Amino acid sequence: MMRVTSHPVLGEMKEIEWVNITVNGKPMKAKKGEMILAALLAEGIIVNRYTTKKQEPRGLFCGIGQCTDCMMVVNGIPNVRTCITPVEEGMTVEVQDGLGKWRGDK
Amino acid sequence: MKQCEMLVIGGGPAGLSAAIEAAEAGVQVVIIDANEKAGGQLFKQIHKFFGSSMHRAGTRGIDIGEELLQKCKDLNVEIWLNSLVIGVYDNNVVAVDVKKSLTEHELVKVQTKKIVIATGASENAVKFPGWTLPGVMGAGAAQTMANFHRVLPGKKVLMIGSGNVGLIVSYQLMQAGAEIVGIVEAQPNINGYAVHASKLTREGIPIYTGYTIIEAKGKERVNQAVIGKVNPDWSIVEGSEITLDVDTITIGAGLKPLIGMAYMGGCKLINDRFLGGWAPCHNYNMETTTKNIYVAGDASGVEEANTAIEEGKLCGVSIAESLGYLDSTKAEELKKAIWNRLAGLREGAHGTERTGAKQKQLEEYTKAMEG
Repeated sequence: MMRVTSHPVLGEMKEIEWVNITVNGKPMKAKKGEMILAALLAEGIIVNRYTTKKQEPRGLFCGIGQCTDCMMVVNGIPNVRTCITPVEEGMTVEVQDGLGKWRGDK
Repeated sequence: MKQCEMLVIGGGPAGLSAAIEAAEAGVQVVIIDANEKAGGQLFKQIHKFFGSSMHRAGTRGIDIGEELLQKCKDLNVEIWLNSLVIGVYDNNVVAVDVKKSLTEHELVKVQTKKIVIATGASENAVKFPGWTLPGVMGAGAAQTMANFHRVLPGKKVLMIGSGNVGLIVSYQLMQAGAEIVGIVEAQPNINGYAVHASKLTREGIPIYTGYTIIEAKGKERVNQAVIGKVNPDWSIVEGSEITLDVDTITIGAGLKPLIGMAYMGGCKLINDRFLGGWAPCHNYNMETTTKNIYVAGDASGVEEANTAIEEGKLCGVSIAESLGYLDSTKAEELKKAIWNRLAGLREGAHGTERTGAKQKQLEEYTKAMEG
């Protein structure tokens, strides 16, 4: 568990309200309103996507929506920057392969 | 087309301060911010600011952020969230991509009289074998996770860089429960303030001065870092390699101004390492070489939040004056006071170099306008 529940400056974390999401086909709890990337990190999931040519893993790099290393397939939509996209009840999140597939792509 | 008197790109310390100063004088302001909450990087700065009392030393960044947002609210400053400025065009037209949901975006054009570029900066990367592995990230990224999202990005961390960012973030990751395995600094001396460094050395954290990162090892995540001593020609001293077990490598190697909008606006840029690279030239009023486009904060040269706040205020006052909301005597008085405070902030470590770079930026503006 990677959540910082107590902190010398920020204090104790308030009681968490949870939402249910599905990550790579498995159910997972996430903190309501938090970014997808944060929810995944809290569970120790660190690979967000694999690169197109060399299939190398990528994960959190800038954390503020600039670098696009944390892009995943969210609700079937590829290339979603998970560090700046909040979780929603019922959301599905999948590791992205290359550039991802759009609806209708073969 | 949506109309406004002043449009601020970026709601961090510089943008919010520019908006507040102008709105207090009566200017109608819209702030465009790409995030779901404004405040820029203030909400991850949980440490007390340094400097004198005049510069809010002793106050935490997060508290300054809340205060600035409250002031904007009180002054009816309009803040568009989840909104990204995608272009600055002729006649002060700005195009904004407003994100409504995962799939829905709306493109809105805004006609304004004045534009403030307060887009901040982005972190520099250091490239070494393995630098793209998950677990290798910007120091600011780790800080965002631990302090803002309250999730630790890793448990055993090696920090690259001993500037103030490297030192402060190392300490904050420790506060959040991580182990700092060490800090690597390629230069012979610690780069940041001694007060921050001693907080870490007191805890027994080694600071490897004269060392650099050679390689990050691992398959799906970094699990080892290899560091080594550097020769004066930056080659590695043979046999000096040390292998450290880590799950995270954070890179605190400085920042560079985000100048895309200034470039698009045709503002003349200069390159100076003490500004963090390319930055727009500007005058005493923070106006760039493109009329009606102003710049403030890290976008005008990387410094820190207090400087950003003062530069933002300078934009606000200048714009209020230019639009006829402040008489020139009053405006001059305010601007003088701000420049004095800025001079104070540019004292101390690397202060001479920064002051010199800022001076050059003003001179290059004059040259460009005369030439």
